[in-house]
Amino acid sequence: MAGSGRPLVNIGLVRAHLTASAVFFCVLIVAGLLFALQLTGTYPFPGVELMSPGRVRMVHTNMAAYGFIANALIAGMLWAIPRLTRQPILNDILGWLIFWAWQAICAATVLGLLLGYAQAIEWGETPIFVDPLVMVGLVLLVINIATPILRSKEKGLYVTLWYFLSAFAWTGLVYFMGNYFPEFWVPGAAGAAITGLFIHDLVGLFVTPIGWGLMYFFVPILLRKPIWSHALSLIGFWGLAFFYPMQGVHHFLLSPIPMYAQYAAVVATIAIEVVVTTVIVNFFGTLHGRMDAVRNIMSIRWFYTGMVGYAITCLQCAFQVTLTFQAIIHFSDWVVGHAHLVMYGVFGFWIMGLFVELWPKVVGRPWYSTRLLTWHYWLSTLGLIVMFVDLLAAGVMQGFLWRDLHHWADSVIASMPFWWARTFSGLMITVGSGALFYNMWMTAKQPAAAAEPAVQPAVA
Amino acid sequence: MERFSPIFLISGVITFLLGFFLQGALPMITLKDMPIKTIAEVAQNPPAEFYQLAEDYPAEFSRYYGEPNPESFAKAIKLGKETYIAEACWHCHSQFVRPVSHENLRFGPVSSADEYTNEMNLPHLFGTRRVGPDLIRIGGKRSNDWHAAHFYSPRSVAPYSVMPTYPWFFDAQQRPNEKGLAMISYMQWLGSWVPREESETIYNVGSMPPHANPAEVQ
Repeated sequence: MAGSGRPLVNIGLVRAHLTASAVFFCVLIVAGLLFALQLTGTYPFPGVELMSPGRVRMVHTNMAAYGFIANALIAGMLWAIPRLTRQPILNDILGWLIFWAWQAICAATVLGLLLGYAQAIEWGETPIFVDPLVMVGLVLLVINIATPILRSKEKGLYVTLWYFLSAFAWTGLVYFMGNYFPEFWVPGAAGAAITGLFIHDLVGLFVTPIGWGLMYFFVPILLRKPIWSHALSLIGFWGLAFFYPMQGVHHFLLSPIPMYAQYAAVVATIAIEVVVTTVIVNFFGTLHGRMDAVRNIMSIRWFYTGMVGYAITCLQCAFQVTLTFQAIIHFSDWVVGHAHLVMYGVFGFWIMGLFVELWPKVVGRPWYSTRLLTWHYWLSTLGLIVMFVDLLAAGVMQGFLWRDLHHWADSVIASMPFWWARTFSGLMITVGSGALFYNMWMTAKQPAAAAEPAVQPAVA
Repeated sequence: MERFSPIFLISGVITFLLGFFLQGALPMITLKDMPIKTIAEVAQNPPAEFYQLAEDYPAEFSRYYGEPNPESFAKAIKLGKETYIAEACWHCHSQFVRPVSHENLRFGPVSSADEYTNEMNLPHLFGTRRVGPDLIRIGGKRSNDWHAAHFYSPRSVAPYSVMPTYPWFFDAQQRPNEKGLAMISYMQWLGSWVPREESETIYNVGSMPPHANPAEVQ
């Protein structure tokens, strides 16, 4: 601590961001279920302008990115950075200001989308009037939480902070590029190249590095052993930093974007899967000898389930990015399944692990129910597996029906059972998440007398 | 290399700029000689369907758009594009035809970059998902009446559709309002720059029943 008498970690701020993340998760899951019901022909509000399914769908994706994931990652960084640097964040009042500004941004986004002020930028549908506020919020956030890293007296920075620092540089640049270039300056195919970069970078340069940074922080602490290989950490980090930003066009393959840019994106995408493998190997090398932790420590179970998801995602990427696969699977539900695996099955699962790990610490009480935690894990995991496999199968089927020139209605009719299965898998995830949020609520409500030094319970 | 500035600058800023150059700036440079057309320029030759629209709904058309001419067409397709974005149509309909999967037979000629270098594609509306079919060649393939019925109740003309209904494109008499006329105009504009005889596809032979073999219908 910097001798100021301030506590190292602002617990209240971490708790607030985690709570906000949980609240927006509820919003996004309701929006997702509603859109799933539209595809099955059972939408509960047909013909209501403010609840039009197209608008509700954007609430689902934007709240996933900015409400649920961003809030939780900020909470994770507010917890990890002061501990790694032995310095508190720059200013607690600024921290609270950013917190409320960010929630205002999320609320304004939901309202703006439902009122019809969306932008046609995938993952950046946030209304145009919200964008400058996001930029200011991001810059203030970086100033607030990069300062402790700058002030750190440690000799070398730990891996986690490499990832965080890069994300600090990337996030603002990516957000500005994606929300302004295609909207105001660059039309058509060149604009699509920029949008592709934005879609890719939002996940790859904001969520991914902060997520991996948090894994490098929590996993060694929970397993009580260092990361397996420092060399692999280095390769994984610099490989990601080098290859990840140069593959945006792979979201628009076989489009009118110049073909060399498409080929470059394909090559860079396949290259990064090699790099990703080193990170996966490093983490499973760390787990080696401590497999019992997956059974006994619930947050480790979430983290490693997410990593298995990450390995599957990246393997999938290396194949689906080829033009051969693209001809069939692009535009189909395959892509939707892939997106759910990445955003929920990887980063969402890491965040669930974050909830399990941090919530007892920020409310100062042990978990209300370990049985509910187990239900949450299994319902979410099985729900995700059903959803992923179901959408993949639907996607392949749709792609072949389209290629073989069946009537369009055939692809819709044939998708119907898959869309029903997806709705039920979504319901499983909803019930599982409900178990977590009820558990969080009851944990926080327990009398303070029950407060023990917060130790995570063993789980079955 | 494990300190603040090198990581922030090299890994953060420089890799981003390198990626932006390769995947963003280079395509921009390649396409820079195509002049960016304004909406007024792309609206210079309204398709026959737009003039037909003024006859189909004369009272509504003259109230919102006056006479059918390039100026009113520009106004209509601009509002149509804005509505298309607000309703997120582009999340379920793409706007480019790929050179694979027989898409040229289904939709029409394969897309090229020059078709998109205009203010109607600011932002571009390529899309990444097709719950419904691609729309970049939809102009002229369906009548105005078909589009009006389809926006009001998709299942009235496409029994298996999962598209939402858009009653707010219509007035109390169920006739298209300003937005409805704009959306129909926008649909008829999409692909109207391609000569009709080049845009012939299986859809031109009329509505096929589901499960029909397209080869037989052709």
